[in-house]
Amino acid sequence: MSTTRTILICSGKGGVGKTTTTANLGIALARSGASTVVLDADFGLRNLDLLLGLENRIVYTAQEVLAETCRLEQALVKHKQEPNLSLLPAGNPRMLEWLTPKDMQAIVALLEERFDYVLIDCPAGIEDGFKNAAAAAREALVITTPEVAAVRDADRVIGLLNTQGVSPVQLVLNRVRPKMMSSQEMLSVDDVTDILALPLLGLVFEDEQVIVSTNRGEPLTLSDGGSPAARAYGNIAGRLQGKDIPLMDPAKIRRGLRAKMRELMQTKIF
Amino acid sequence: MTLQDLIDKLLGRQTASADTARQRLQLVLAHDRSDLNPELLEQMRREILEVVSRYVEIDLSETDVSLETEDRVTALVANLPIRRTL
Repeated sequence: MSTTRTILICSGKGGVGKTTTTANLGIALARSGASTVVLDADFGLRNLDLLLGLENRIVYTAQEVLAETCRLEQALVKHKQEPNLSLLPAGNPRMLEWLTPKDMQAIVALLEERFDYVLIDCPAGIEDGFKNAAAAAREALVITTPEVAAVRDADRVIGLLNTQGVSPVQLVLNRVRPKMMSSQEMLSVDDVTDILALPLLGLVFEDEQVIVSTNRGEPLTLSDGGSPAARAYGNIAGRLQGKDIPLMDPAKIRRGLRAKMRELMQTKIF
Repeated sequence: MTLQDLIDKLLGRQTASADTARQRLQLVLAHDRSDLNPELLEQMRREILEVVSRYVEIDLSETDVSLETEDRVTALVANLPIRRTL
Protein backbone atom coordinates (compact mmCIF):
# COMPACT_ATOMS: atom_id res chain seq x y z
CA MET A 1 0.00 0.00 0.00
CA SER A 2 1.22 3.45 -0.89
CA THR A 3 2.10 5.77 1.94
CA THR A 4 1.85 8.81 -0.32
CA ARG A 5 -0.28 11.65 1.02
CA THR A 6 -2.59 12.84 -1.75
CA ILE A 7 -4.13 16.12 -0.65
CA LEU A 8 -6.76 18.16 -2.48
CA ILE A 9 -6.48 21.91 -1.97
CA CYS A 10 -9.90 23.40 -2.57
CA SER A 11 -12.19 26.24 -1.50
CA GLY A 12 -15.35 26.50 -3.57
CA LYS A 13 -14.99 30.23 -4.00
CA GLY A 14 -12.29 31.60 -6.29
CA GLY A 15 -9.60 34.00 -5.22
CA VAL A 16 -9.22 32.87 -1.61
CA GLY A 17 -5.70 31.47 -2.06
CA LYS A 18 -5.83 27.86 -3.28
CA THR A 19 -3.03 28.24 -5.78
CA THR A 20 -0.88 30.38 -3.49
CA THR A 21 -1.30 27.79 -0.74
CA THR A 22 -0.49 24.91 -3.10
CA ALA A 23 2.68 26.63 -4.32
CA ASN A 24 3.90 27.56 -0.84
CA LEU A 25 3.10 24.21 0.75
CA GLY A 26 4.69 22.41 -2.20
CA ILE A 27 7.93 24.34 -1.77
CA ALA A 28 7.90 24.00 2.03
CA LEU A 29 7.33 20.22 1.91
CA ALA A 30 10.02 19.80 -0.73
CA ARG A 31 12.48 21.87 1.31
CA SER A 32 11.92 19.58 4.28
CA GLY A 33 13.18 16.72 2.12
CA ALA A 34 9.88 15.16 1.04
CA SER A 35 9.59 14.44 -2.67
CA THR A 36 6.56 16.44 -3.69
CA VAL A 37 4.52 17.01 -6.82
CA VAL A 38 1.90 19.70 -7.36
CA LEU A 39 -0.78 18.72 -9.85
CA ASP A 40 -2.61 21.65 -11.45
CA ALA A 41 -6.16 20.36 -11.83
CA ASP A 42 -7.33 23.89 -12.64
CA PHE A 43 -5.95 23.55 -16.14
CA GLY A 44 -8.60 25.67 -17.86
CA LEU A 45 -7.29 28.70 -16.01
CA ARG A 46 -3.95 27.38 -14.89
CA ASN A 47 -1.78 29.60 -12.77
CA LEU A 48 0.23 27.31 -10.57
CA ASP A 49 3.05 27.37 -13.15
CA LEU A 50 3.08 31.17 -12.95
CA LEU A 51 3.26 31.31 -9.15
CA LEU A 52 6.10 28.79 -9.17
CA GLY A 53 8.00 30.63 -11.92
CA LEU A 54 7.74 27.62 -14.23
CA GLU A 55 5.47 29.09 -16.91
CA ASN A 56 8.03 28.83 -19.70
CA ARG A 57 9.02 25.25 -19.00
CA ILE A 58 5.80 23.35 -19.62
CA VAL A 59 5.97 21.13 -22.69
CA TYR A 60 3.66 18.22 -21.95
CA THR A 61 0.76 17.66 -19.59
CA ALA A 62 -0.84 14.66 -17.89
CA GLN A 63 -3.04 14.37 -20.96
CA GLU A 64 -0.06 13.34 -23.14
CA VAL A 65 1.13 10.98 -20.41
CA LEU A 66 -2.21 9.14 -20.38
CA ALA A 67 -2.33 9.13 -24.18
CA GLU A 68 1.17 7.60 -24.04
CA THR A 69 2.63 10.22 -26.38
CA CYS A 70 5.21 11.02 -23.70
CA ARG A 71 6.63 9.49 -20.55
CA LEU A 72 5.72 10.82 -17.10
CA GLU A 73 9.33 12.03 -16.55
CA GLN A 74 9.04 14.19 -19.67
CA ALA A 75 5.85 15.87 -18.46
CA LEU A 76 7.05 16.57 -14.92
CA VAL A 77 8.58 20.05 -14.60
CA LYS A 78 11.25 20.13 -11.94
CA HIS A 79 11.56 23.33 -9.91
CA LYS A 80 14.81 25.20 -10.53
CA GLN A 81 15.80 26.03 -6.96
CA GLU A 82 13.98 23.17 -5.25
CA PRO A 83 14.53 19.93 -7.18
CA ASN A 84 12.41 17.93 -4.69
CA LEU A 85 9.37 19.69 -6.16
CA SER A 86 7.83 18.91 -9.53
CA LEU A 87 4.83 20.42 -11.31
CA LEU A 88 2.44 18.51 -13.53
CA PRO A 89 -0.33 20.37 -15.35
CA ALA A 90 -3.36 18.09 -15.65
CA GLY A 91 -4.23 19.34 -19.11
CA ASN A 92 -3.95 21.93 -21.75
CA PRO A 93 -6.10 25.09 -21.44
CA ARG A 94 -7.28 24.60 -25.02
CA MET A 95 -8.65 21.12 -24.41
CA LEU A 96 -11.10 21.48 -21.61
CA GLU A 97 -13.31 18.49 -22.11
CA TRP A 98 -10.99 15.54 -21.90
CA LEU A 99 -10.64 14.88 -18.21
CA THR A 100 -12.83 12.42 -16.29
CA PRO A 101 -12.61 11.24 -12.67
CA LYS A 102 -11.03 8.00 -13.96
CA ASP A 103 -8.31 9.93 -15.83
CA MET A 104 -7.55 11.89 -12.70
CA GLN A 105 -7.29 8.70 -10.64
CA ALA A 106 -4.96 7.20 -13.24
CA ILE A 107 -2.65 10.23 -13.18
CA VAL A 108 -2.57 10.35 -9.39
CA ALA A 109 -1.85 6.60 -9.22
CA LEU A 110 1.23 7.18 -11.42
CA LEU A 111 2.37 10.07 -9.22
CA GLU A 112 1.83 8.10 -6.01
CA GLU A 113 4.40 5.55 -7.20
CA ARG A 114 7.20 8.08 -6.99
CA PHE A 115 6.29 10.94 -4.65
CA ASP A 116 5.73 11.33 -0.90
CA TYR A 117 3.24 14.17 -1.34
CA VAL A 118 0.79 14.82 -4.18
CA LEU A 119 -0.90 18.23 -3.82
CA ILE A 120 -3.84 18.77 -6.15
CA ASP A 121 -4.68 22.41 -6.93
CA CYS A 122 -8.45 22.27 -7.39
CA PRO A 123 -10.43 24.60 -9.65
CA ALA A 124 -12.99 26.95 -8.08
CA GLY A 125 -16.62 25.88 -8.13
CA ILE A 126 -18.29 22.58 -7.32
CA GLU A 127 -18.90 21.35 -10.85
CA ASP A 128 -17.03 18.76 -12.94
CA GLY A 129 -13.58 20.31 -12.40
CA PHE A 130 -13.97 19.96 -8.66
CA LYS A 131 -15.47 16.48 -8.88
CA ASN A 132 -12.64 15.23 -11.12
CA ALA A 133 -10.02 16.60 -8.76
CA ALA A 134 -11.78 15.29 -5.65
CA ALA A 135 -12.17 11.80 -7.14
CA ALA A 136 -8.44 11.21 -6.87
CA ALA A 137 -7.86 12.76 -3.44
CA ARG A 138 -7.52 10.93 -0.15
CA GLU A 139 -7.52 13.95 2.13
CA ALA A 140 -8.26 17.65 1.68
CA LEU A 141 -7.40 21.13 2.83
CA VAL A 142 -10.26 23.59 2.54
CA ILE A 143 -9.01 27.15 2.17
CA THR A 144 -11.31 29.94 3.25
CA THR A 145 -11.12 33.56 4.33
CA PRO A 146 -13.09 35.19 7.18
CA GLU A 147 -15.72 36.49 4.74
CA VAL A 148 -19.33 35.36 4.44
CA ALA A 149 -19.20 34.29 0.79
CA ALA A 150 -15.98 32.29 1.22
CA VAL A 151 -17.27 30.53 4.36
CA ARG A 152 -20.59 29.67 2.74
CA ASP A 153 -18.87 28.19 -0.32
CA ALA A 154 -16.41 26.30 1.88
CA ASP A 155 -19.40 24.75 3.65
CA ARG A 156 -20.77 23.43 0.35
CA VAL A 157 -17.40 21.95 -0.54
CA ILE A 158 -17.04 20.30 2.88
CA GLY A 159 -20.46 18.68 2.43
CA LEU A 160 -19.41 17.28 -0.96
CA LEU A 161 -16.07 16.03 0.36
CA ASN A 162 -17.87 14.22 3.18
CA THR A 163 -20.17 12.43 0.75
CA GLN A 164 -17.14 11.44 -1.39
CA GLY A 165 -15.41 9.91 1.62
CA VAL A 166 -12.40 12.25 1.54
CA SER A 167 -10.87 12.28 5.02
CA PRO A 168 -9.40 13.99 6.95
CA VAL A 169 -10.64 17.38 5.78
CA GLN A 170 -8.81 20.23 7.49
CA LEU A 171 -9.21 23.99 7.36
CA VAL A 172 -6.77 26.75 6.44
CA LEU A 173 -7.99 30.25 7.27
CA ASN A 174 -6.34 32.66 4.88
CA ARG A 175 -6.02 36.45 4.69
CA VAL A 176 -6.70 37.04 8.36
CA ARG A 177 -6.53 40.69 9.41
CA PRO A 178 -5.82 40.76 13.15
CA LYS A 179 -6.75 44.43 13.54
CA MET A 180 -10.19 43.95 11.99
CA MET A 181 -10.73 40.84 14.10
CA SER A 182 -9.89 42.68 17.31
CA SER A 183 -12.37 45.44 16.46
CA GLN A 184 -14.93 42.73 15.62
CA GLU A 185 -15.31 43.86 12.05
CA MET A 186 -14.16 40.49 10.75
CA LEU A 187 -15.40 36.98 11.61
CA SER A 188 -13.11 35.58 14.29
CA VAL A 189 -11.08 32.38 13.99
CA ASP A 190 -13.51 30.68 16.40
CA ASP A 191 -16.54 31.91 14.44
CA VAL A 192 -15.24 30.24 11.29
CA THR A 193 -14.11 26.99 12.89
CA ASP A 194 -17.38 26.72 14.86
CA ILE A 195 -19.52 27.29 11.79
CA LEU A 196 -17.58 24.90 9.56
CA ALA A 197 -16.82 22.40 12.36
CA LEU A 198 -13.44 21.44 10.94
CA PRO A 199 -10.05 21.15 12.64
CA LEU A 200 -7.92 24.23 11.89
CA LEU A 201 -4.58 23.30 10.33
CA GLY A 202 -3.38 26.87 10.17
CA LEU A 203 -4.11 30.52 9.68
CA VAL A 204 -2.34 32.93 7.40
CA PHE A 205 -2.32 36.67 8.01
CA GLU A 206 -2.94 39.07 5.16
CA ASP A 207 0.52 39.87 3.88
CA GLU A 208 1.61 42.16 1.05
CA GLN A 209 4.65 39.97 0.51
CA VAL A 210 2.34 37.38 -1.07
CA ILE A 211 1.74 39.75 -3.98
CA VAL A 212 5.44 40.57 -4.25
CA SER A 213 6.30 36.88 -4.36
CA THR A 214 3.73 36.12 -7.05
CA ASN A 215 5.09 39.01 -9.12
CA ARG A 216 8.46 37.30 -9.04
CA GLY A 217 7.25 33.73 -9.38
CA GLU A 218 9.11 32.82 -6.20
CA PRO A 219 6.86 31.44 -3.43
CA LEU A 220 7.55 32.92 0.01
CA THR A 221 8.57 29.58 1.46
CA LEU A 222 11.56 29.42 -0.93
CA SER A 223 13.59 31.66 1.39
CA ASP A 224 13.98 31.67 5.14
CA GLY A 225 12.59 35.20 5.33
CA GLY A 226 10.37 36.09 8.23
CA SER A 227 7.29 37.49 6.49
CA PRO A 228 4.15 36.46 8.42
CA ALA A 229 2.64 34.48 5.53
CA ALA A 230 5.93 32.68 4.86
CA ARG A 231 6.07 31.51 8.47
CA ALA A 232 2.40 30.53 8.40
CA TYR A 233 2.83 28.35 5.31
CA GLY A 234 5.96 26.82 6.77
CA ASN A 235 4.03 25.97 9.93
CA ILE A 236 1.17 24.43 7.97
CA ALA A 237 3.61 22.21 6.07
CA GLY A 238 5.15 21.19 9.39
CA ARG A 239 1.76 20.33 10.90
CA LEU A 240 0.88 18.29 7.80
CA GLN A 241 3.99 16.25 8.54
CA GLY A 242 2.81 15.67 12.09
CA LYS A 243 4.90 18.30 13.86
CA ASP A 244 3.33 19.93 16.88
CA ILE A 245 3.50 23.65 16.10
CA PRO A 246 1.20 26.00 18.02
CA LEU A 247 -1.28 28.13 16.04
CA MET A 248 -0.63 31.86 15.77
CA ASP A 249 -2.96 33.98 17.87
CA PRO A 250 -4.21 37.04 15.96
CA ALA A 251 -4.84 38.84 19.25
CA LYS A 252 -1.21 38.47 20.23
CA ILE A 253 0.43 39.54 17.02
CA ARG A 254 3.43 41.58 18.03
CA ARG A 255 5.27 43.48 15.42
CA GLY A 256 8.81 42.29 15.64
CA LEU A 257 11.88 44.36 15.03
CA ARG A 258 12.38 42.60 11.71
CA ALA A 259 8.92 43.54 10.46
CA LYS A 260 9.45 47.13 11.55
CA MET A 261 12.83 47.16 9.86
CA ARG A 262 11.33 45.80 6.64
CA GLU A 263 8.62 48.43 6.78
CA LEU A 264 11.26 51.11 7.28
CA MET A 265 13.18 49.83 4.28
CA GLN A 266 10.01 50.04 2.19
CA THR A 267 9.25 53.62 3.20
CA LYS A 268 9.11 55.97 0.23
CA ILE A 269 11.84 58.59 0.56
CA PHE A 270 11.51 60.38 -2.77
CA MET B 1 -12.59 51.26 11.46
CA THR B 2 -13.14 54.99 11.28
CA LEU B 3 -13.60 57.34 14.21
CA GLN B 4 -17.24 57.66 13.18
CA ASP B 5 -17.66 53.87 13.39
CA LEU B 6 -16.07 53.85 16.84
CA ILE B 7 -18.41 56.57 18.09
CA ASP B 8 -21.41 54.75 16.59
CA LYS B 9 -20.34 51.53 18.24
CA LEU B 10 -19.74 53.14 21.62
CA LEU B 11 -23.17 54.74 21.45
CA GLY B 12 -24.67 51.39 20.52
CA ARG B 13 -25.94 52.71 17.21
CA GLN B 14 -24.41 49.92 15.21
CA THR B 15 -23.48 46.35 16.09
CA ALA B 16 -20.08 45.02 15.10
CA SER B 17 -20.31 43.65 11.60
CA ALA B 18 -18.69 40.34 12.61
CA ASP B 19 -21.81 39.55 14.69
CA THR B 20 -24.07 40.32 11.78
CA ALA B 21 -21.90 38.17 9.52
CA ARG B 22 -22.03 35.22 11.92
CA GLN B 23 -25.81 35.39 12.34
CA ARG B 24 -26.43 35.71 8.60
CA LEU B 25 -24.08 32.81 7.88
CA GLN B 26 -25.69 30.52 10.44
CA LEU B 27 -29.08 31.15 8.93
CA VAL B 28 -28.04 30.76 5.31
CA LEU B 29 -26.03 27.60 6.05
CA ALA B 30 -28.95 26.01 7.85
CA HIS B 31 -30.98 26.53 4.68
CA ASP B 32 -28.13 25.44 2.37
CA ARG B 33 -27.46 22.27 4.34
CA SER B 34 -31.08 21.19 4.51
CA ASP B 35 -31.85 22.35 0.98
CA LEU B 36 -34.93 24.14 2.32
CA ASN B 37 -35.69 27.65 1.15
CA PRO B 38 -37.61 30.07 3.37
CA GLU B 39 -40.78 29.52 1.33
CA LEU B 40 -40.74 25.75 1.83
CA LEU B 41 -39.96 26.22 5.50
CA GLU B 42 -42.97 28.51 5.84
CA GLN B 43 -45.18 25.96 4.11
CA MET B 44 -43.90 23.23 6.42
CA ARG B 45 -44.51 25.48 9.43
CA ARG B 46 -48.14 26.01 8.40
CA GLU B 47 -48.70 22.28 7.91
CA ILE B 48 -47.09 21.37 11.23
CA LEU B 49 -49.29 23.89 13.01
CA GLU B 50 -52.35 22.50 11.22
CA VAL B 51 -51.60 18.96 12.40
CA VAL B 52 -50.70 19.91 15.96
CA SER B 53 -53.76 22.15 16.26
CA ARG B 54 -55.99 19.13 15.71
CA TYR B 55 -54.82 17.77 19.05
CA VAL B 56 -54.02 20.78 21.23
CA GLU B 57 -54.74 24.46 21.17
CA ILE B 58 -51.58 26.35 20.27
CA ASP B 59 -50.79 29.93 21.08
CA LEU B 60 -50.32 31.05 17.47
CA SER B 61 -48.64 34.33 18.34
CA GLU B 62 -45.81 32.58 20.19
CA THR B 63 -44.91 29.77 17.80
CA ASP B 64 -41.44 29.43 16.43
CA VAL B 65 -40.34 26.92 13.79
CA SER B 66 -36.78 27.31 12.58
CA LEU B 67 -33.65 25.54 11.50
CA GLU B 68 -30.77 25.45 13.92
CA THR B 69 -27.35 24.15 13.18
CA GLU B 70 -24.45 23.04 15.32
CA ASP B 71 -21.39 20.95 14.48
CA ARG B 72 -22.61 20.39 10.93
CA VAL B 73 -25.87 18.88 12.21
CA THR B 74 -28.96 20.80 11.28
CA ALA B 75 -32.12 20.40 13.34
CA LEU B 76 -35.65 21.57 12.78
CA VAL B 77 -36.70 23.13 16.05
CA ALA B 78 -40.36 23.87 16.71
CA ASN B 79 -41.48 25.69 19.79
CA LEU B 80 -45.28 25.55 20.01
CA PRO B 81 -46.65 26.84 23.32
CA ILE B 82 -49.93 25.14 24.26
CA ARG B 83 -52.63 27.47 25.46
CA ARG B 84 -53.91 26.79 28.95
CA THR B 85 -57.48 25.66 28.88
CA LEU B 86 -58.12 25.64 32.61
